[in-house]
Amino acid sequence: MSSGSGLQSLSADELQELYYQVLNFGMIVSSALMIWKGLMVITGSESPIVVVLSGSMEPAFHRGDLLFLTNRVEDPIRVGEIVVFRIEGREIPIVHRVLKIHEKQNGHIKFLTKGDNNAVDDRGLYKQGQHWLEKKDVVGRARGFVPYIGIVTILMNDYPKFKYAVLFLLGLFVLVHRE
Amino acid sequence: MREPHDSAARPPRTPNRRGVRAARPPNPHSPGSACSCRRRRCLPTGPEGKNVEDFTGPRERSDLGFITFDITADLENIFDWNVKQLFLYLSAEYSTKNNALNQVVLWDKIVLRGDNPKLLLKDMKTKYFFFDDGNGLKGNRNVTLTLSWNVVPNAGILPLVTGSGHVSVPFPDTYEITKSY
Repeated sequence: MSSGSGLQSLSADELQELYYQVLNFGMIVSSALMIWKGLMVITGSESPIVVVLSGSMEPAFHRGDLLFLTNRVEDPIRVGEIVVFRIEGREIPIVHRVLKIHEKQNGHIKFLTKGDNNAVDDRGLYKQGQHWLEKKDVVGRARGFVPYIGIVTILMNDYPKFKYAVLFLLGLFVLVHRE
Repeated sequence: MREPHDSAARPPRTPNRRGVRAARPPNPHSPGSACSCRRRRCLPTGPEGKNVEDFTGPRERSDLGFITFDITADLENIFDWNVKQLFLYLSAEYSTKNNALNQVVLWDKIVLRGDNPKLLLKDMKTKYFFFDDGNGLKGNRNVTLTLSWNVVPNAGILPLVTGSGHVSVPFPDTYEITKSY
């Protein structure tokens, strides 16, 4: 019905269809973000789901396993727990087990970790001069896990072409799918 | 060198698995109680203490404890279709002037599904150095040893279970300077 170039060349129906698709897409993205933020609040962890990247916790966890974390303040850190922590200055979080804790009367706690599959504790991994980890270094405690699923994230990281292919397919699916 | 231990130092344990009704615990004070096949037992002997520079970490002089122990355990009823492995660990818990709560893992073991679920370990040395953060082991009468395990499922929740029954290990008032393990 309208003349001109670009968007104006679409009929009113097609334009409405396009707006609908864009809003639909926006709603999916917003819902995903809301779920993620909601998880962050419920678990108290900044990263409620993590993928295991190394073999230092084998045979319990292998590369690609997915871990579900909580980091509630009311749960004190105790030995035997599996913690995900970040070393100051490093980006990649590490998944290991708590070996030793020393907690003061005021609740301040310092602890040592070790990977099940490692021969020695993690002191060699910590920052220069750092002998203990503290609550602030903890991303969360592992409460549940699902094997294998996280391998998709690792593949997407290691092979960017794969990541683009997945995103492209997802986008295609959303646009093509008509309600 | 072992000191003779009295029967009060070996309370038998009952299986404490979630969802399963725990068996009635045998009387912990009956000396030499008959070995029922469903219990875990940890017998420590003659703890000794030294005071050395903590060579595993901060170079301050700290108390170093030496404990030898026996463990008898039957883990069969913990394994079900969804249990991939058990991470078993023996930890010491105590309180000192420096720290209100200290927990140190002394020994651990991974038991996979399919491994022999019956453990009969004797004269075990601690796998990890039992360093205190300070000098709180000397004369400490309230060091408690507990056997716990982390159940690793094929998929699902990762529970941490503490075995029932704790063994108290009193440390002597003096440091041992002549012998070690």
